[in-house]
Amino acid sequence: MSVIAEMALIFGICLVSEGIAAILPVSFPASVIGMILLTVLLLTGIIKTRYIRRITEFLMANMAFVFIPACVSVMEQFELIRPWLLPFVAICFLTTPVVYLVTAWTVQGMMALRAKRRKEGARNA
Amino acid sequence: MLDAMTTSPFFGLTLSALAWCFGSWVRRKTGSILCNPMIFAVGGIILFLVITGIPYEHYAVGGDIIKMMLAPVTVVLAFNIYNQRKVLGEYFVPVLVGCTVGSAASMGSILGLCYLFDIDRVLTVSMMPKSCTTAIAIGIAESGGGVAGLAAAGVMIAGLTGAVFAPVFSKLFRIKDPVAEGLAIGACSHALGTTKAMEIGPIQGAMSSIAICLCGIISSVLALFV
Repeated sequence: MSVIAEMALIFGICLVSEGIAAILPVSFPASVIGMILLTVLLLTGIIKTRYIRRITEFLMANMAFVFIPACVSVMEQFELIRPWLLPFVAICFLTTPVVYLVTAWTVQGMMALRAKRRKEGARNA
Repeated sequence: MLDAMTTSPFFGLTLSALAWCFGSWVRRKTGSILCNPMIFAVGGIILFLVITGIPYEHYAVGGDIIKMMLAPVTVVLAFNIYNQRKVLGEYFVPVLVGCTVGSAASMGSILGLCYLFDIDRVLTVSMMPKSCTTAIAIGIAESGGGVAGLAAAGVMIAGLTGAVFAPVFSKLFRIKDPVAEGLAIGACSHALGTTKAMEIGPIQGAMSSIAICLCGIISSVLALFV
């Protein structure tokens, strides 16, 4: 497929997901709907990875570039965050190990349980 | 003439591209993960606008065109899930439970602390998706009435924290299981952490990149109830 056709496919998915987002009764990010949509299309084999290989490689490799304008817009909210700057940074920093701890211990516990079950299963067999 | 130039969309486009080149150059020169090209690019643009007195609105004419690409960039994250489908199938339940618990912990801890400090609602909503990858976090923040720039700042802090301290956390919390370690890194510090996870090991890297997508989806759903 030509690069333009690849673009048509990706933009089309974005367009359809905005349509879906509009009819949903709740406000759900359209981009995430698009991601779910493409995952389903890939897993079911309706879209093959080779159809959109070039555009995907380009977007993946330059992903952080498209975040720049959204980040620059923070200068418009500077008055809003100024009094909260320290708590803002502190909260984002301190909650990160909490997420790590909770996730890691939950999964480690589940993996240990799994290993134990497997061992018992093997012994009984 | 100058005004005609700065109100052209090419002003925002050129400035963004140049700033990105500058950020990448700083990264190459220092080689430090803390010298994230995006931070230098964003800082450079803000500084430039403040010094020259060119209003943000002029930059946004071109900037908004780039911002529009956030949606396609999020959509192609589907490749992360697709490429890891084998590993995902093998550890489906732990991955799903881990990402759900992680997303809930992230949003819960943010909400709790914001309530405690009586922080402004707009600020709270913008901070809430800070453990998701930037593209998704901006989507969640904006659909909840938050601000994209603040969300991106929160994401950056969480990401750098994870990328720098992930090995310390693993040791401190005694995490030996590679699946648990990878998921935890991805759940707390998304793409920036994933780079570190890939250095630690292949399973950690795979798990971390799955966690980026799944935590994004789960957080979007959880955000509906806030």
